[in-house]
Amino acid sequence: MFRISAEPLDPAALQRTLADTHAGACVTFEGWVRDHNEGHPVLALDYEAYAPLAEKEGARILAEARAKFAIRGAVCVHRVGALNLGDLAVWVGVTAAHRGAAFDACRYLIDETKARAPIWKKEHYADSATAWINCATRGDHADRVKI
Amino acid sequence: MITVHIQYFAILREQRGLARETLATPAPTAVALYEELRARHGFTLPPDRVRAAINEEFVAWDTPLREGQSVVFIPPVAGG
Repeated sequence: MFRISAEPLDPAALQRTLADTHAGACVTFEGWVRDHNEGHPVLALDYEAYAPLAEKEGARILAEARAKFAIRGAVCVHRVGALNLGDLAVWVGVTAAHRGAAFDACRYLIDETKARAPIWKKEHYADSATAWINCATRGDHADRVKI
Repeated sequence: MITVHIQYFAILREQRGLARETLATPAPTAVALYEELRARHGFTLPPDRVRAAINEEFVAWDTPLREGQSVVFIPPVAGG
């Protein structure tokens, strides 16, 4: 299951959806809102997504993970909206009979989601500037454009 | 001319100043429509940094546009 959520994520509830007595491993990843990026103090983040396509692309990523790794269950949920420092931005959970596949698939899911899902992050900085991450077209910071 | 429904996200939404519009355009392809809008609204991202989606699926830039389609331009993503 891959989902975009406008509501806060509940890791315990998400993990319960993966309950499976055939699984010997459950690996989870939590992406948190961090207070800095490339040396800039960050105060808050806005996430937005093109949800229908993000969920379709997410379903493709999950199917790829199932084909590549011997996993049983997999869930990825990504927040949208205004998030504060420490908030949970993304939760990934994978179950498998053995830990190796669960670790590998969890890493694959978060890496591919970051690279491919139409989700965007705007950072708010201590100096009142903001930046859409990865959207710069020139300048010293290859991956940011300040507005 | 055809009429298409456009949704904007992230930096493109801010540079356009709105989240969606319905537009009549002579653009024959997705990339032609992006260039038309980029010239009109001053989008900073060149087409090679942006992807196109039509009717909720990624498409190649040279995909022909048809009447009534939903078009979204995808700036560089940054989930996680």
